[in-house]
Amino acid sequence: MTQPTAPAAPSTDPVVAELLQSVVDVARAIFGAQAGSIMLLDHQSFELVFQAVSGQGQEFLIGRRFPAGQGIAGWVAGSGEPMIVDDLRRSATFDHETAESTGYVPDALMAAPLVHDDRVLGVLEVLDPAPGPTRAGLPELELLALFARQAAVALRVAVDSSATVPAAEERDRAVRLLAEVQRLIGDRADW
Amino acid sequence: MTTLPDAAPPRGLTWRLTGRTPEDVRTEADALPDRPTPGALVGGSGRGVRVCVVDSGVDATHPLVGGVASAHVVRRYEDGAIRVDPLKADDPGDLCGHGTACAGIVRRVAPDCELHSVRVLGERFTGRGDVLLAGLRWAVRQGFEVINLSLSTTRTRYFEDLHALADEAYFGSSVVVASAHNTQVESFPWRFSSVVSVGSHPVSDPDMHLYNPEPPVEFFGPGVDVEVAWLGGATLRSSGNSYATPFVAGLCARILSERPRLTPFQLKHALYLSAANVHVGGSR
Repeated sequence: MTQPTAPAAPSTDPVVAELLQSVVDVARAIFGAQAGSIMLLDHQSFELVFQAVSGQGQEFLIGRRFPAGQGIAGWVAGSGEPMIVDDLRRSATFDHETAESTGYVPDALMAAPLVHDDRVLGVLEVLDPAPGPTRAGLPELELLALFARQAAVALRVAVDSSATVPAAEERDRAVRLLAEVQRLIGDRADW
Repeated sequence: MTTLPDAAPPRGLTWRLTGRTPEDVRTEADALPDRPTPGALVGGSGRGVRVCVVDSGVDATHPLVGGVASAHVVRRYEDGAIRVDPLKADDPGDLCGHGTACAGIVRRVAPDCELHSVRVLGERFTGRGDVLLAGLRWAVRQGFEVINLSLSTTRTRYFEDLHALADEAYFGSSVVVASAHNTQVESFPWRFSSVVSVGSHPVSDPDMHLYNPEPPVEFFGPGVDVEVAWLGGATLRSSGNSYATPFVAGLCARILSERPRLTPFQLKHALYLSAANVHVGGSR
């Protein structure tokens, strides 16, 4: 059976667009971040495409593309693993082509893959999470990764109304993920 | 006295010892290394040990990497064939930075080891599990003494092939040092007992490794806020099991450089005995 793919170009479906914007807005709010973005994978061109942006770059990033096998987002999409990096401004070469085209060079970045059924749909990024008593670390990265998984389930359901997995199973999976996200948000109350 | 038949040693699987005496299977071995003194790392400098980084490639020009002895890339061609090709001269080696970070950590821990790279990321994602498998298989069959794999796959259809490959490495005296996934999902091959599985600990000591008394994961290495090599000769700080793994791979290279005849199970024992939290002969 042919698997439906997530939209490769900025979605014209208002439900999908609203969902993606909501995901990135919430991710940014959870971490008090300067910006957040969702890039979806265009399997045809093997590019990552900015689909939703919150904060810095919101006005002009949507629709921009870059090669999917490169940089931090490329590693996240390729490996299916989340990543957290810091001290980016000290790194003179950090993805400058991409960063400059976004008009914003962050100092810290967390990125998690949007994965559904072992299939990478894209990458959720949070730029410059707010500093707390301790800097963002692996617990925060795990929270972002869980949230990204929930977002991927929702995205799959929204994109494909005839999803191959029964809707009840999808709902159960989304509820389980939501409970785990809420637990982690509770755990980081002192962050 | 019974004279045993003068048979050639059997090839392939050995179901039982037949046609050979204990003297025929005499094995010269190395003893386990001494526990390092506080503040020192176990083993030697890594000299004479080949370490292969299976990842996004390696920027061999990065000063913290100090060059690689060979660099290859696994490609999936349009006809479906998967091949391991030598890297072209104009290829930057690493397009993501992650493999360079891993290689830099191995070099820090085992400065005189011989580094090799096989790139399994950066190409199209279609069939990426097959590409990972092909890269790991290639590394095992090159006979690299240590293979660093800061990657895993969640796809269960690769379970059997990866399991067989991990066993092949184990019996062929290649130690696969494999990173646990950074989130709580099942993935492979780090779950297999034939590999050295690694997760991160949050202790700021950059030279500390710990044994996990409740495996898997079997060992913990420094993986929080690690300063790592990145693209373009730069460094940045990052966290994750990815960086604890090459630390332990570097320790393996150190141990093997001092005692090259250690088997993978002895090597695991050496890691166990040199772990900061393991106290031999302590109170029960």
